[in-house]
Amino acid sequence: MTYYYTKDHEWISVNSTIEDTVATVGITDYAQAQLGDVVFVEVPPAGAVLEKGKEAAVVESVKAASDVYAPVSGTVIEGNAALEADPSLVNTAPDSDGWFFKLTLSDTSELDGLMDEAGYKAFVETL
Amino acid sequence: MSEPITPDDIDPEATGTLPLDQWHRDRGARMVEFAGYWMPIQYDGIMAEHLWTRESAGLFDVSHMGQLIVSGPDAAAELEKLLPGDIAGLKPGRMRYSLLLDEAGGILDDLMVTARDDGSYYLVVNGATKWDDIAHLRDLLPDEITLNHMEDQALLALQGPKAVEALEHLAPGVASLVFMTAGAFEIDGVPVWISRSGYTGEDGCEISLPADAADRLASLIAGQSGVKPIGLGARDSLRLEAGLPLYGHDLDPETNPAMAGLGFAIPKRRREEGGFPGADTIVAQLRGGAPRKRVGLILSGRQPAREGADVYAGGERVGALTSGGFSPSLQVPIAMAYVSAEHAAPGTTLQIDVRGRMLDATVAPMPFTPHRYVREGKPA
Repeated sequence: MTYYYTKDHEWISVNSTIEDTVATVGITDYAQAQLGDVVFVEVPPAGAVLEKGKEAAVVESVKAASDVYAPVSGTVIEGNAALEADPSLVNTAPDSDGWFFKLTLSDTSELDGLMDEAGYKAFVETL
Repeated sequence: MSEPITPDDIDPEATGTLPLDQWHRDRGARMVEFAGYWMPIQYDGIMAEHLWTRESAGLFDVSHMGQLIVSGPDAAAELEKLLPGDIAGLKPGRMRYSLLLDEAGGILDDLMVTARDDGSYYLVVNGATKWDDIAHLRDLLPDEITLNHMEDQALLALQGPKAVEALEHLAPGVASLVFMTAGAFEIDGVPVWISRSGYTGEDGCEISLPADAADRLASLIAGQSGVKPIGLGARDSLRLEAGLPLYGHDLDPETNPAMAGLGFAIPKRRREEGGFPGADTIVAQLRGGAPRKRVGLILSGRQPAREGADVYAGGERVGALTSGGFSPSLQVPIAMAYVSAEHAAPGTTLQIDVRGRMLDATVAPMPFTPHRYVREGKPA
């Protein structure tokens, strides 16, 4: 499993099989701390076709709504249904149970422009 | 992910700092620009701070608000030409919620007016409007009336069921105040002006104190049992639950007191005598009904709707949200909106357009959570 990060504070964990490259997408611990208490998450349904940089999900805190953009293009396999019952998973487990959606990548070369963990950590320190 | 506004988005040259700026930063507050100043938006998180205030006591820094003194001959009569409240009838130490109105009766600001022993009036106005308010008052009050802007005073609000008990330790006698009364006290030898009021729906006080003692006194108050500093994020969710309108969102020059449901701020004498801006229109609407009204809405489901979202009845647009968020106390999304009068009755089912999805909502009486003001020594 390889992790990639965006400047918009999404993480993408990538698992390549012979058939597909499958990625899980969530927001980082830094992002959830900035948002504060998450009270609602809208995730894309299975089958939704996402385009890199376009709206993919909505996350609402007590105070404000924020869009989550697709960090890579692809087709959604599954949205995280657990977030409907317990949106606070985004706060308590942003890197694991609080994932947003899984998708098959349509263009694996899009991963090349993303940061690795060390790169993201260095980026956050500049903020 | 799109982020909330960060300090990088704001020109620091343009943003002022208030007396407790470093005090908040030392306590880990996240600071944001608000009304031209750096203000603490949150410490531990809005949800926890909100619930803490409802159960214990929250200390808010509201030093961005404008504190004004109006004095001079017939100050009450002159203020009554600009405000619809019964200013002349205010006894010393008594305060009222009132409204600054434009010629058409549109709301320029909402404010608190307190009568002081020396015949002057102490006004607390919103931070974002204070410079416009000062210009408006100076323009329209006669030259004999003096207007002082107390820029060297900070303002704190201590709110919640344990607020008065905590403050009584520092300012003995405060507990004898009842809701909407005020007086002069001392905290650790420093003269302060304390009113039993606030804007969270809770019992509590607002404390005006010299800016040069703000740091020390804020630490003393925050050091009392049950008290924690609370950011503006929770202040907003608290006042929304309490059904209290926020200027610039739920009130503006396009609204008047009749539409806003603030008829309580216009007593019988003023309705009969008139003599305040827009009196004919406002009094007629108070009697016959306003064409649109401020209402509370409780949404179905968990997704909050935000300011600006359109409100529909069937397929017809009937209004828009002016505030919206998630209620930490009730654990449901709540909102305020202006809707046309025929859709304003409690129980009416409406729809809110949130990013193209129609969410069901029901018109609900406000406050959403009960007020706990202490009137005449008894909890309300």
